[in-house]
Amino acid sequence: MPIVTMTVNGRPVSADVDPRTLLVQFLRENLMLTGTHVGCDTSQCGACTVHLDGHAVKACTVLALQAEGGAVVTIEGLGAPGLLHPMQEAFREHHGLQCGFCTPGMIMAAIDIVNRHGNELAEHTVREELEGNICRCTGYHNIVRAITEGARAMAAPVLNRAAE
Amino acid sequence: MTVTRIGEAVRRKEDHRFITGKGQYTDDIFRPRQTHAYFLRSPHAHARIRRLDTAEAAAMPGVVGILTGKDLAEDKIGDLICGWMIHDIHGQPMKMGSHPALAKEKVRYVGDHVAVVIAERLDQARDAAEAIEVDYEVLPAVADLATATDATAALVHDEIAGNLAFEWHLGHKAMTDHAFERAHHVTRLDIVNNRLVPNPMEPRAAIGEYDSGNDSFTLWTTSQNPHVARLVLSAFVGIAPEHKLRVIAPDVGGGFGSKIFIYAEETVCAWASKRVGRPVKWTSDRSEAFLSDAHGRDHITTAELALDERGKITALRVKTRANMGAYLSTFASSIPTYLYATLLSGQYDIPAIHAAVEAVYTTTAPVDAYRGAGRPEATFVVERLAEAAAREIGMDPADFRKKNFIRKFPHQTPVIMTYDIGNYRASLDKAMEIADVKGFNRRRRQSAREGKLRGLGYSCYIEACGIAPSQAVGSLGAGVGLWESAEVRVNPTGNVEVLTGSHSHGQGHETTFAQLVSDRLGIPIEQVTVVHGDTDKVQFGMGTYGSRSGAVGMSAIVKALDKVEAKAKKIASHLLEAAEADIEFKDGKFSVAGTDRSIDFASVALNAYVAHKFPTSEIEPGLKEGAFYDPVNFTFPAGTHICELEIDPATGRTTICNWTAVDDFGVVINPMIVEGQVHGGIAQGVGQALLEGAAYDRDGQLVTGSFMDYAMPRADDLPSFKMGFTETKCPSNPLGIKGCGEAGAIAAPAAVMNAITDALGTEAVPMPATPQTVWKIARTRAAPRAAE
Repeated sequence: MPIVTMTVNGRPVSADVDPRTLLVQFLRENLMLTGTHVGCDTSQCGACTVHLDGHAVKACTVLALQAEGGAVVTIEGLGAPGLLHPMQEAFREHHGLQCGFCTPGMIMAAIDIVNRHGNELAEHTVREELEGNICRCTGYHNIVRAITEGARAMAAPVLNRAAE
Repeated sequence: MTVTRIGEAVRRKEDHRFITGKGQYTDDIFRPRQTHAYFLRSPHAHARIRRLDTAEAAAMPGVVGILTGKDLAEDKIGDLICGWMIHDIHGQPMKMGSHPALAKEKVRYVGDHVAVVIAERLDQARDAAEAIEVDYEVLPAVADLATATDATAALVHDEIAGNLAFEWHLGHKAMTDHAFERAHHVTRLDIVNNRLVPNPMEPRAAIGEYDSGNDSFTLWTTSQNPHVARLVLSAFVGIAPEHKLRVIAPDVGGGFGSKIFIYAEETVCAWASKRVGRPVKWTSDRSEAFLSDAHGRDHITTAELALDERGKITALRVKTRANMGAYLSTFASSIPTYLYATLLSGQYDIPAIHAAVEAVYTTTAPVDAYRGAGRPEATFVVERLAEAAAREIGMDPADFRKKNFIRKFPHQTPVIMTYDIGNYRASLDKAMEIADVKGFNRRRRQSAREGKLRGLGYSCYIEACGIAPSQAVGSLGAGVGLWESAEVRVNPTGNVEVLTGSHSHGQGHETTFAQLVSDRLGIPIEQVTVVHGDTDKVQFGMGTYGSRSGAVGMSAIVKALDKVEAKAKKIASHLLEAAEADIEFKDGKFSVAGTDRSIDFASVALNAYVAHKFPTSEIEPGLKEGAFYDPVNFTFPAGTHICELEIDPATGRTTICNWTAVDDFGVVINPMIVEGQVHGGIAQGVGQALLEGAAYDRDGQLVTGSFMDYAMPRADDLPSFKMGFTETKCPSNPLGIKGCGEAGAIAAPAAVMNAITDALGTEAVPMPATPQTVWKIARTRAAPRAAE
């Protein structure tokens, strides 16, 4: 079996994997980073969204081997000990989650939206950009608010900001 | 460290683990030596299994075991059950088809369970399943609900004639028919309540583990009611006695009803773990979820409303055919009966009602409770009728409702329910104000100038929640009582664990329940932990569904807190050397009335355990109390939702412009969480109206089997919502709570469809009103009401 090497949340990792192993399986089963979830099998729901080399990807649609040499950040890699990433904080503050299952993917997608569109987000931008992330609990109302507010908070200088 | 009060928008205690990726859902659990299960499912809607040969598959790499219905029978594992007995119009018990966890002679829907392959790795199990040889004698599918009872239809269960599980009715037929004969005007609608797939974002999952040392089982499972699961798996299915079976429902990623039921896969994982002597794990993929999670709704209804010459409703009559799917799922029979027909009075004073219901088997996935469960179907019937009737007699739909609202409480409806309290006019008035109904015609003209069709629709819904008084539901056929339990454990250092039989899978119980304890005992919310979802920790509980965790679950906590306070007062009286009657408890302090002598809650807790300063012959040491609370009535949340939308006739696309929700949930513990519940419910209701529809083809193949074909509501399908509350305190429980979990899903479909039919100028618009459907109708109607 081939060996795959990458950094995950800033730490180098390496493992023998079956070539058909998906990145999400590698994260969940090899590294036990179970914050990244699997909610569908058609790349629709976005529960598995992580960052690969600074961009949001659906980890159910990337082979672990495709991430060879890459830098992966998962929900567990956000923030610092005792310090939440502003987007995590915004989801909590604005009740942007209920069952929590889609939440890690939502937060990773949200940060990517801010990275691409900046800190002042119009509601319709957020709604359109969330096309690839499904939530069944919240009706999106509070997720949209959380992302809009989280985007603003990300503009504020914060000491000790996360791995990102 | 803060004391929180009832009514505050306290941020959720459980969120930290979810936003940091530390939630623990069933699939996140890895047991030592675990194996993986893969279910071989029927590719046919209906077939007899002539031969099943697993020999070649069993020899494949990594395979630990392959089990079939024969093995289940060998171990005397019982069928899956339906826990609500309906007696039909002739007084006969409903006809229940046999429902084995793994098929015996026949398969009855695409996705039905033929065999389970257990292997070291999931891909090995899947590969081996491919190698199982099954010789199917394919039988005709019974996929169409409308024709399923025809004499020419094949029989889903050979012994059940006409595919009819039961015919049932409620209300007074003769009185109702008489009212219709004398009616000044009759409004009639043919309604299809479309079939839905619940789709919580976390797919179902299970890990069964058998401990041979203790001859006991543990089942981790995605359940809304782990104790009920244990009871059914013990008493009926026969996996193990209750004291030898621990069921744990850890973090559960949404349920919406679909995780109430005791399914084949969870049952098989528990049973098979003993067979193979290792933990057996199964996680549904989304395709399996579409095939095998219980679906919701799926009614065909003819509904009629009789009016007198002043526009007063004199009677309501419905005939409903409900799809049960291939088997009666755990609570399936109660949904189109006691959870549906009992709500057909809506918010209106209707003298006569009659509902006739046929529950029909088809070769499709079982249909059971989905958010609202029967009540959305009832609200849809009543609110579509109300809107259409008002239009037909030329009355404003809001005025029509006001004219017919129930005003005096308690109100006995002709369909069992006694509404305890409400103020329907208040909710409607407030909603109309927030929605700026007065400005609607101006906005409609503006839309018309832009070539768009604008519509406005009301939904004045009611639901029966807080399910339910045990004796009442027992008399209606429920196999269980529907009380709830709670235990309040005060630790020596004064912090508190609350054990509840309710189960949170997104509802935020860890916060609201802790908020209640903080308010009541005057201790910081940080010092309260809510424990749920483990049959080894919580003695018993009925779980979470039917918007019952507030009204029933929290009422049980209140009872336990009453006992804690009473005992703590006794102890405090000794500590303060005062008469017990003189001890007052407020803001976390016990004080002697009329003096400045007091002692705080934590000191009393410590003394309760140290037990040095009171006579233990009179007062037992410790501070821990339990309670069971059985509700005395259903609760009746109600309100008005108003949907305003715009249709582009060129594309058929519907855009919701404004959504107003004004709900009366009684006392609201945490408005942030309650609003969130309503948001989510509305989204599911809008999904039903505009996007979602599970479709089987003639051969019984599910053609909407993934998120590619089944349209889930996305962020850009919905607006932000305008919310408001009115309040009439529920008189039947100590907190005055009514429940909020299902309201949005109950109210929303009728509001959307009333708005769409308003915009299009025809009542004949089916759900889901997809762009294609709307476009076709818009084409045939030249500039309808838009130009008015």
